[in-house]
Amino acid sequence: MTDTVQRSAATGEPMIRLEGLTKRFPGQAEPAVDALDLEVPRGEIVILVGPSGCGKTTTMRLINRLIEPTSGRIVIDGEDVTKVDPDNLRRRIGYVIQQVGLFPHMTVADNIATVPRLLKWKEERIRARVDELLDLVGLDPSAYRHRYPKQLSGGQRQRAGVARALSADPPVMLMDEPFGAIDPITRERLQNEFLRLQQEIRKTIVFVTHDIDEAIKMGDRIAILRQGSRVAQYDTPEHILSAPADDFVADFIGAGASLKRLNLTRVHDVELAQWPTATSDTARDEILATLQSSDKGAVLILDAQRRPLRWVAARDIQRTDRPLMETGLVAEAVVEAHATLNDALNEMLRSNYGVAIVVDSSGAYQGAVDFGTVSGAVQELRRAARAAARAPVSGGASTGETVR
Amino acid sequence: MNPFTFLIDNWDLYINGFLRLFQAANLAFVLAMIVGVIIASFRVSPIPPLQRFAAFYVTVFRNSPLLIIFFLFFFGLPKLGFTFTPFTSTVIVMTLYTGAYLAETVRSGINSVDTGQAEAARAIGLKFREVLGTVVIPQALRTVVGPIGNLYIANAKNTVIGTTIGLFVETTAAQRLANSTGQPIAAYSAAAIFFVVWLLIAAQVFTSIEQRVAIKR
Ligand SMILES: Nc1ncnc2c1ncn2[C@@H]1O[C@H](COP(=O)(O)OP(=O)(O)OP(=O)(O)O)[C@@H](O)[C@H]1O
Ligand SMILES: [Mg+2]
Repeated sequence: MTDTVQRSAATGEPMIRLEGLTKRFPGQAEPAVDALDLEVPRGEIVILVGPSGCGKTTTMRLINRLIEPTSGRIVIDGEDVTKVDPDNLRRRIGYVIQQVGLFPHMTVADNIATVPRLLKWKEERIRARVDELLDLVGLDPSAYRHRYPKQLSGGQRQRAGVARALSADPPVMLMDEPFGAIDPITRERLQNEFLRLQQEIRKTIVFVTHDIDEAIKMGDRIAILRQGSRVAQYDTPEHILSAPADDFVADFIGAGASLKRLNLTRVHDVELAQWPTATSDTARDEILATLQSSDKGAVLILDAQRRPLRWVAARDIQRTDRPLMETGLVAEAVVEAHATLNDALNEMLRSNYGVAIVVDSSGAYQGAVDFGTVSGAVQELRRAARAAARAPVSGGASTGETVR
Repeated sequence: MNPFTFLIDNWDLYINGFLRLFQAANLAFVLAMIVGVIIASFRVSPIPPLQRFAAFYVTVFRNSPLLIIFFLFFFGLPKLGFTFTPFTSTVIVMTLYTGAYLAETVRSGINSVDTGQAEAARAIGLKFREVLGTVVIPQALRTVVGPIGNLYIANAKNTVIGTTIGLFVETTAAQRLANSTGQPIAAYSAAAIFFVVWLLIAAQVFTSIEQRVAIKR
């Protein structure tokens, strides 16, 4: 990457500053965006979340001047861009729009290459950049380079859209419900991949969603907006959960604030449960002995690289009429260590045996998340939330209602 | 006399006449494509004077009988001191006339492209011309290859009117033959054979273009 890493500590100047930004569409009584003030720190993900029609998309379109503000200022990287040439401005801002917007008559590679071509990059450099970006977003270049958008799944199109937005390496990315139209399982995976990607690229990102769980998971900060893009609360996810500013925010978070905190906790932050394991070539009586010396009901069989294969219980081990690898249950519900506890909980609930297996990036077994792990974490989070609610928090009139 | 025999007997005359017609029609059509795309772009541009000019152009040329336009060019312009060969006049008139129809066709194609496409193109920093040129028009043209093929055929037939008027200056082959041989039916049927073969091939070409550029699904 040619990317310069920006850290919030580098300078106090925010990457994006909106000052009294207002948009009034002709013939509408209420402005769609009403005197919005917002600062987006460098290298952070700021989430705009709020009910449908509250002005999130309009705010994004104002930031890259797809529409002109009625009044107010937009400052990017210290420069007032309210009056600069909008086409050049937009090349410094990647935009992933609601519903992707890939060009259907171009291959994935040509889609990604659109802006580099206009910037007259050399073909060689463009080709290298396209492959680099495809790799970055998890699409194998040799398999996807020459496909047309119609030949991709929704999730793959989304990745290609992100790659295109990154093509000219803009310091700022606007993402409008990028994972909105995707099934929950794929969405969860894309979210995790995107967070990992952001570790690498450190862009300043404004991310729109109307899903509070996604906001809590993805955001360094969250701006909860009401009608007219008015900021109800702008804070870290922790603070918003433990000290919602008012009833609107509390309602928006909805019931189960402590469960929502599971979105904030990563699997690698909690102590994992250890289940008995054995490799597939271990003798049966040895596996049985391992099982009996533990307090669990099954043994997890791993392959030579310690990747999970199957769960077997005592009954399965004793059935000698079938090879061991055809008994028991396939080891599904696998999460990586950087997934959130909420992801792990979802996997657990989907699995047959109520355990999510945790693996490292090479797929090797690390431990497991079971109900004990989750309830321990929830209790811990509640304790912390109660303590936070008792302590005076700036700008947050805590309603005891949300600390359950 | 059988038109085929007639055709073979007078092959040289026919092939020369046909080639001139073929050249005039194709040259006019290529130029008309350029005019059509430019005028359609004007119509969807954000600049009101361009929109008005394009609308005016299309209205004038679509609502004037082709014969009148030809007469103006062949007999009106020379009076004002502009003289063109019949070939050039025919090409200019057909470019302007077919261009107006192509402009409307391209515009309907542009309107069929999802507005999200233009938005996405603008969002990644394309200027108006680039939005149209690299994203909208390529998609628009793909949806109207069929109608463009029909206009190609109409253009070819209309070009004959030009060559016919040109007879006052430079007599066409069939006309000459019809007069000199006293067999007008055979003479014109032989000319029609050229047309049928040409336009059948053209229709095939457009069908295969349509299939080739259809957006992959
Ligand atoms: N081009 C426009 N002309 C007139 N009104 C508009 C225009 N675009 C948006 N609006 C209005 O502005 C308001 C905010 O719309 P916006 O698209 O920003 O909402 P949103 O928060 O993105 O909603 P959603 O979550 O449904 O995408 C709505 O009332 C909408 O009808
Ligand atoms: Mg929206």
